[in-house]
Amino acid sequence: MIRNRWLLFPLLLALVLGLSYAVLSLPDQAAGLQKIAADKIEASGVSNPVTAVLLNFRGYDTLLETVVLLVALLGVWSLGGTDLRREIAPGPVLDTLARLLVPVLILVAAYLLWIGAHAPGGAFQAGAVLGAAGVLLLLAGWRPRAALMAWPVRLVIVAGPAVFMAMAALLYGLEGQLLEYPPAKAGTLILVLETVATVSIGATLAALFLGCRPPNKKEHS
Amino acid sequence: MSAEFQYALVGVGLFSLGLYALIVHAHLLRKILALNVMGTGVFLLLVALARRTGEAQPDSVPHAMVITGIVVAVSATALALTLMLKLSGATGRAELPDEEQE
Repeated sequence: MIRNRWLLFPLLLALVLGLSYAVLSLPDQAAGLQKIAADKIEASGVSNPVTAVLLNFRGYDTLLETVVLLVALLGVWSLGGTDLRREIAPGPVLDTLARLLVPVLILVAAYLLWIGAHAPGGAFQAGAVLGAAGVLLLLAGWRPRAALMAWPVRLVIVAGPAVFMAMAALLYGLEGQLLEYPPAKAGTLILVLETVATVSIGATLAALFLGCRPPNKKEHS
Repeated sequence: MSAEFQYALVGVGLFSLGLYALIVHAHLLRKILALNVMGTGVFLLLVALARRTGEAQPDSVPHAMVITGIVVAVSATALALTLMLKLSGATGRAELPDEEQE
């Protein structure tokens, strides 16, 4: 490792210089896709351009992204549980903080979800905040009961991609295009999708942190 | 040099720093962290270059890609960490075997 280091530095320097040259040779102004997105924003049902791109113009990206989350979680579950995380007794500070913060975090998540229609925010931010609330609960020593992990958690986690796919199939049947919302109902449909996606993303992130697989029916009955 | 390009160059720097750490360190936790730093560099580059529209509103498509990418990076990191824990549980060390040493 050490003997190659003299070769490594010039190579990395060449990479930095090459990438910097590539970045600096880009034009100072580039409209990109902003104009196209701004022209169609009226028909998207939301007024925040990032939410419009995520849930409407490039909805299939987001659909596949929820599937990626699910596949990552299935990967973690298929590796079996990690028993390295021992049960910890939280101190009074962590315990009280978790009790105070989790309701606030849920409220913040709901606010972010709602505000996402016309300002920065949306399903991913809200989902990340929900996931953080879940992680905080797990750190404070809370563990979901086996009955809860058996199917309610799985249902919530699968709901994100499932509702997304159902919506895509339904709109494909009605409008002839995958995830093409009728402009009059687009706002409502996007809010429904985002709400389900938020809860699903939050549950997935917390489950990724917990790591262990929910018990099978056979195992816990 | 405008602010967009300064931030973009910081992104290039983060990417290269992460790549260096990825190559030099053998411990898998450091490699996973290095990959995350590299990803952060890419996100910063995309977000910074999206401001070159010449208007008040930055290009929203790269922003949407970055927000998707962050969530994917978090889940991929969780999978990588689980793989690392499994490996260190099975072999006792969180490093990949080096063929030259054997």
